[in-house]
Amino acid sequence: MARRYDSRTTTFSPEGRLFQVEYALESVNHAGTCVGLRTNTGVLLASEKKTMSKLLEQSSTPEKLWKIDKHIVIAVAGLNADAMILVNFARLVAGQYKARYGLPIPVENLVQELGDHMQGYTQFGGLRPYGVAFLFAGWQGGFQLYQSEPSGNFSAWKAAAIGASHQAARSILKTEYSEGLDISEAKGIVSKVLQKTMDCMSLTEDKVEMVYLSYNELNGEVELERILL
Amino acid sequence: MDVVFGFVGYDFAVLVADRAATQQIIVQKSDEDKIAVVDGTKIMATSGPRGDCVAFAEYVAANVRLYRLKYQHELDVKATAHYARNELATALRKGPYQVNALLAGVDANGPELYFMDYLATCHRVNTGGHGYGGMFCLSLFDKHWVPNMSRAQAMELVDLCVAEVCERLVTAPTEYLVKIVDKKGVEVIEYDATERLAKRREVQMQAREAARQAAARVGA
Repeated sequence: MARRYDSRTTTFSPEGRLFQVEYALESVNHAGTCVGLRTNTGVLLASEKKTMSKLLEQSSTPEKLWKIDKHIVIAVAGLNADAMILVNFARLVAGQYKARYGLPIPVENLVQELGDHMQGYTQFGGLRPYGVAFLFAGWQGGFQLYQSEPSGNFSAWKAAAIGASHQAARSILKTEYSEGLDISEAKGIVSKVLQKTMDCMSLTEDKVEMVYLSYNELNGEVELERILL
Repeated sequence: MDVVFGFVGYDFAVLVADRAATQQIIVQKSDEDKIAVVDGTKIMATSGPRGDCVAFAEYVAANVRLYRLKYQHELDVKATAHYARNELATALRKGPYQVNALLAGVDANGPELYFMDYLATCHRVNTGGHGYGGMFCLSLFDKHWVPNMSRAQAMELVDLCVAEVCERLVTAPTEYLVKIVDKKGVEVIEYDATERLAKRREVQMQAREAARQAAARVGA
């Protein structure tokens, strides 16, 4: 029976649900875990890389972390192909804002624009929603961490997790998080979260991507640093 | 032949514009407001054909308002100036808006003044002016403008500028509007040059007379 309401993204089920949006969320929940943590000097983003084969050519570009502008990085959980379209869109939006107002785009503006775009596919004309959730790390006078969902919803966090076993990750973050963490403490927490949520025995370098976004007071520039385990 | 000028002070910025709407040699109106309020903390004085000025000021103000409604925060003065300049630059190749503008505002970075002309020049300045009237003011700004001026000092400088314009410009208007913007909002002062300059001259005469008498007493 479910099929009657499944095939159209824009049709509510009798219980008032949009199945396609929920399925999109489901595809996010099967993707590698992404964790974000705000510290007093920056934002740490980490994601689980699902390495498939040792025959696979190691690419130098990251799989799940993307730079949108000088001051924004995002972590992706979900369908990578969908994510790349949205990454392109986000870069376009950031560039257009810069051209229009001469300033880097405020993180919330970008998240909102992306949310509006993603929401469109839960309402209009027979296309499926994006099967992607994001964590946004950015700097705009202070550090920000946002999360967005396939439905177009977004929210701001001090620490957040998306992807597979994000609920477990979230509960660990809840107990471990405290105000005014420094980078090494944050790294410890993130490693612990990934260790617990990944279904492997040991956490190794090739399974994790980590980036730390911080602000350099001296030259007024946002710095992105690749963090190793 | 609009007279438009402005400058920044300690925690505020001042814009001054005359109130005459003219068409060639005819004064059509003498209570025109040439300083548009873009939002609570930003004002823009415009010079040029009134139609273009009003259209441009309203367009900028409406878009700044739209931005605030859409993103729940306000644009910086810098961003507003960049946006307005961009609109002038776009219009330049298909129109253009024949508008020279001064945009003043206060945000977290303090008071700022931006000079813009219809060719889409945009500079952040401490003092600026448009038209012949504005040019007369420039040398006065060079001599009398100092950083962090108080409101009293600012009004003193406005008096000097208007006095100069009234003395040197053939078609000097007598009615002006002074708008002072700070982080709390916009203050509007109606400025009648004839009245105000007469009062000023009287005070100067009295001071000169007092000085002369003092000198005479020392001499005796």
